[in-house]
Amino acid sequence: MIGRLVPVIVFVLLGVLLAFGLRIADHKTEIPSPLIGKPMPPFELPVLGQPDRVLSNEDLVGEPFLVNVWASWCPTCRVEHPYITELARSGAVRVIGFNYKDELSDAQAWLRRFGDPYELTLQDYSGRYAIDLGVYAAPESFLVDADGTIIFKQIGAVTPEIIENEILPRIGK
Amino acid sequence: MKQLTRLAILVATLLLCGALAAQTETPKVFDSEEQEARFKDLTLELRCVVCQNQNLADSDAPLAQQLRGEIYDMLQDGKSNEEITGFMVSRYGDFVLYKPPVQANTLVLWAFPIIMLLIGAIVVAFSVRNRGRKLAAAQKKGSA
Repeated sequence: MIGRLVPVIVFVLLGVLLAFGLRIADHKTEIPSPLIGKPMPPFELPVLGQPDRVLSNEDLVGEPFLVNVWASWCPTCRVEHPYITELARSGAVRVIGFNYKDELSDAQAWLRRFGDPYELTLQDYSGRYAIDLGVYAAPESFLVDADGTIIFKQIGAVTPEIIENEILPRIGK
Repeated sequence: MKQLTRLAILVATLLLCGALAAQTETPKVFDSEEQEARFKDLTLELRCVVCQNQNLADSDAPLAQQLRGEIYDMLQDGKSNEEITGFMVSRYGDFVLYKPPVQANTLVLWAFPIIMLLIGAIVVAFSVRNRGRKLAAAQKKGSA
């Protein structure tokens, strides 16, 4: 009797395992950041197009801000750009651009073409600071609170739903 | 003859492709064989975060190349293997480790083979016992 039930039990267990796998498959390529809840790693980066103006963490903290990692070579960055623009224009949160591994002329042409909603854009030409941030693709966005702590990371495009459900509630808006 | 020439051109082109691909990353010079072995071990054990089913040693992604460079620099600075994997984990999480640590959220992963082995052992034990019983019953019938 038990012998006959074994295939059924194995089948059910396998089914549960596969269902679980399917459920997480949508987010499988998203790696949870170990930096959530930690201070933004120290940086010294020039402002895009102003190589003499080098900023560090102290220059940004004080009010919450969103760091939006983008590049001219990144197609998905164009998809999210209208929503990033809308968020920046709404004044709900400061939006800082983070130009990732891009040529200056390409980056500036991109901003001219699609609009520049950023308070300022940091330039990480080598991508070395992006490693400290755990960036592995673009676009990525980091929400940083007034103390300079990373409180949320969006991997992939920012959407109106992400803004509404993840970003605004975390800064009390 | 014409075909042979074509083949020669094809082979030459393919060979050249390899040379070009190899040229994208400058070869690394190691202080010792021991250091080179550690570099190999580390890049085999660490996952490439861009193409997530490859390790750092195999991946051609620009970020993987850059991370190999970081690992090389850390080896040159005399950092230990733990410090180097720690560098990666603090940025990309346990996900970069092909051998994740045993902890609450990886317990299923580590326990699964043992559980499967146990289930297998139970199934085998049951079927062996059943067969033994059947055999005994059959023998009884035969002798009766």
